[in-house]
Amino acid sequence: MLLFLIVLCPIAAAVSIMIGAPARATALLASIVTLLMTLLAVAWFDAGSREFQYVISFPVSTDWGINFALGLDGLSLVMILLAAIVTVAAVWFTDKIDNYEHSFYACLLFISGGALGAFASLDLFFFYAFHELALIPTFLLIGIWGSDNRTAAAWKITIYLALGSFILLLGLIMLYQSVPVASRTFDIRELQEAARQIAPVAQRNIYLVLLVGFGILVSLFPFHTWAPDAYAAAPAPAAMLHAGVLKKFGLYGLLRLAVPLLPEGGRYWTNLLLVLLLGNIIYIGLVTIAQRRLDRMLGYSSVMHMGYIFLGIASSNLLGVIGASILMFAHGLSIALLFAVAGEVRKRTNTLVMSDLGGLAKVMPFAGLAFGFGAFAAIGLPGFANFAAEVMIFFGTFRNGFAMERFHIFQVATVLALWGVVISAVYMLRAYRRVFMGAMNDRWKELVDLRHGLRLPVALLIAALLWFGFYPQSLVRILSPVFETYLKQQP
Amino acid sequence: MIAPPNLEIAVLVLGMMLLMFEAFADKIDKRVFAFAGILGLLTVLIGTFYLAPVPPIDQPTGFWSFYTADPLSIFFKRFALVTTILVIIMMIDYAPSVRGAIAGATQQAGLGEFFALPVLTCAGLMYLVSAIDFIMIFVSLELVTISFYVLVSFTRKNPLSLEAGVKYLVLSALATAFLVYGITWIFGVTGETNLDRITAILARPNIDQTAMTFGAVLVLVALGFKIAAVPFQIWVPDVYQGAPTPVTAFLSVGSKAAGFVVLLRVLRPFLMLPKMDRLLVIVAILTLLYGNLAALPQSNLKRLLAYSSIAHAGYLLIGVACFDGPAVTFYLVAYLLMTLLSFAVLIVVAQPAGERIADFDGLAKRSPFLAFAMLIGMISLAGVPFTIGFFGKFFIFNAAIAHHQTALVVVGAITVACGFYYYLKVVRAMYWRPAVKGDNIPVSGLSRVVMSALIIAIIWFGIYPQPILDALKR
Repeated sequence: MLLFLIVLCPIAAAVSIMIGAPARATALLASIVTLLMTLLAVAWFDAGSREFQYVISFPVSTDWGINFALGLDGLSLVMILLAAIVTVAAVWFTDKIDNYEHSFYACLLFISGGALGAFASLDLFFFYAFHELALIPTFLLIGIWGSDNRTAAAWKITIYLALGSFILLLGLIMLYQSVPVASRTFDIRELQEAARQIAPVAQRNIYLVLLVGFGILVSLFPFHTWAPDAYAAAPAPAAMLHAGVLKKFGLYGLLRLAVPLLPEGGRYWTNLLLVLLLGNIIYIGLVTIAQRRLDRMLGYSSVMHMGYIFLGIASSNLLGVIGASILMFAHGLSIALLFAVAGEVRKRTNTLVMSDLGGLAKVMPFAGLAFGFGAFAAIGLPGFANFAAEVMIFFGTFRNGFAMERFHIFQVATVLALWGVVISAVYMLRAYRRVFMGAMNDRWKELVDLRHGLRLPVALLIAALLWFGFYPQSLVRILSPVFETYLKQQP
Repeated sequence: MIAPPNLEIAVLVLGMMLLMFEAFADKIDKRVFAFAGILGLLTVLIGTFYLAPVPPIDQPTGFWSFYTADPLSIFFKRFALVTTILVIIMMIDYAPSVRGAIAGATQQAGLGEFFALPVLTCAGLMYLVSAIDFIMIFVSLELVTISFYVLVSFTRKNPLSLEAGVKYLVLSALATAFLVYGITWIFGVTGETNLDRITAILARPNIDQTAMTFGAVLVLVALGFKIAAVPFQIWVPDVYQGAPTPVTAFLSVGSKAAGFVVLLRVLRPFLMLPKMDRLLVIVAILTLLYGNLAALPQSNLKRLLAYSSIAHAGYLLIGVACFDGPAVTFYLVAYLLMTLLSFAVLIVVAQPAGERIADFDGLAKRSPFLAFAMLIGMISLAGVPFTIGFFGKFFIFNAAIAHHQTALVVVGAITVACGFYYYLKVVRAMYWRPAVKGDNIPVSGLSRVVMSALIIAIIWFGIYPQPILDALKR
């Protein structure tokens, strides 16, 4: 019941805001209540158990075996926690909205509710449907309240993601039909039992379709072009929620479905995936360095960091996939922090061209500090959760198929991917210097720092990054039972 | 307990009574006839839930070799009744436009017929879904089509409506000719017009398959015209745009559904012929591509909905090509709800503003309720989850993947993405374009109730489809 309330709370709040409840108060209250309930769920979570907890289920279609079923294991718990934290920050950071204020908050909460529902769903159908719930609100958020070429960006993200989700839907239907009729089910738990019956050829086909579908949603290398435009044009809270939380849905889906159910498919397409994810890390990394605008730089950087998470998934060993899960969490927090600060800067200066800015830390010391924390976390400095995650991914991947005589493709990929750390240091530190350090343009003398009220969500995000940076074991402890089960199943 | 054929008789009598009383009553408000029609149809709709069971007949003879009361037909009788009721409610909103476009002696001349004719169309649709004999199919199809001839060109002062009427008349007559010619060929080969017996004869080895295929293709041409499948879709945009909007809605839902029911019925004998399945796949692909691609540049909403109707015929044809009757039926129900909701909003908005998409600019500021209703209609047509349109697409593509129709699935994926563009174009106009005209658009209480009911149905069945699936089985 607790989990049901967690998912219901943002959606119910969104509906009541549309009907006419006071927008900001309701949204803030709902997001904080959601976070508190999520913390309760974390506190009561039995980390030793391998079962799904807080399970709740209603039949929706008995003919098709579709149930509205929610439940948490370690992986979904981590994702729910991420979604709840970022939602609070995003709602809190929303400023005065001039037109359609109610709709803005409703859209934000719909995205949040969709992400929470997708992460908590135990049923393939609702897993998919909840994610799509966020599609139209994103379209409206970018289209109505976005900046510069919002129309083009809104079209691009919506049509791209609609196509990606549809390919994903086809993949899910293929997965559903891949087991014999008697054991067909939409229930993810039962599917794991039936997974052995999926033929190797079917596994390969389904894996490829799922990789393309999820890949579009996560901005995997050749399908990434929607992301920078959309995040540059989106209002800051929307970018925080989308880049921080919703985009992780695709990676979560791969971890939840492809890793346990399609091991043969994963093995077969390893080389393809490694090439594509190196495209994310190296190619997009270099593109990120070339960006002249802060928002586009952040958009590209979020595309680039997906490469590491894909690397962890491709390794499909315990260390690697746990690292990938923690990086999803850590990256969500750090990119939300960066977009939040960038949004505040844009509000004051009306520009994010880096050469126009400079020295802002003098007038906005707190914003400078917050951006610094976010940038260091994104680079993966020790002490932040990103560091722990990236180290686990690199070690996990490097160990895969390791032999003294000869480097296996995994070792080559790890070595190349390690260059990504240098690349991200280059663009993050350069951006930090050009925006917050150096000589200040006189135009910005009158700028004021973040309101005191806004410092609380920033502190929340930084605290989470540091807490899990120094104590990643708390996440590993709840994640490892999940993946031990998943990886042991594999022949 | 009511015997099934009495339903159609009741509807026919209702239609004739309305016409007759209308002729003698010029003093009263003509909307009385609309309400009488709605009440009468509602009564019949309730009657469909108290049907006497039909004894199973092994060798149907006489009337029962023409007419069946199987679950499919009962379901679609309800479908036709609901559609007609909703269309008449829309017509009440549309009445002012009709008055302006008819030259008549009195203020309300012509309105009575406008309300009464859909009842007769409904009777035709109800007969058609029960028809299991080519003669019966032909006769009831004509009953539907002839009443549509009148309805399409009803606003006769409007040249667009007249043009639509002529186009519909000529092309529809041509399609009828194809149908009759096809039936003759089939009768010539098999000596039968009853579908069951034709199927039985086709199983024999010494059948002239070439002649039979020729006849079958001719029949498919006629049905392709009804359901607006490519290459028989040319009439659709002009007729849909020119006809009075409630009639357009009726055409796009009622006429199309009837066409698909007949298609499902004739499919069983026809699929015994060689290459018939491949023909259906090709037609489905062409229809999907044409409908969706041609919808992209449209700037008139009514015309956009016309192309969207072709596009949805394409999705339905995927289900037909996979011979999945339940998926097609479910999709038709979804199509009914979402299309009628969109047309209902269009009628209300178009009267003061206009039919172009640009006329919807800033509607969310002017009338938030109408904009929200249109939003739900559009995203359901696009196939967003938690609306019934998504379940429709889900079942259709489930069938396509189960039948390994890779080409259909790939084309479908592309066209679904196209659909998002043109449906969301309307959403964009309503929500983020500045408003041109500042007035609030009045909505009558009845329309508001109907629109709310449709919105709730779209979302409710989008989450919980089991009631419809149950109704299909019974």
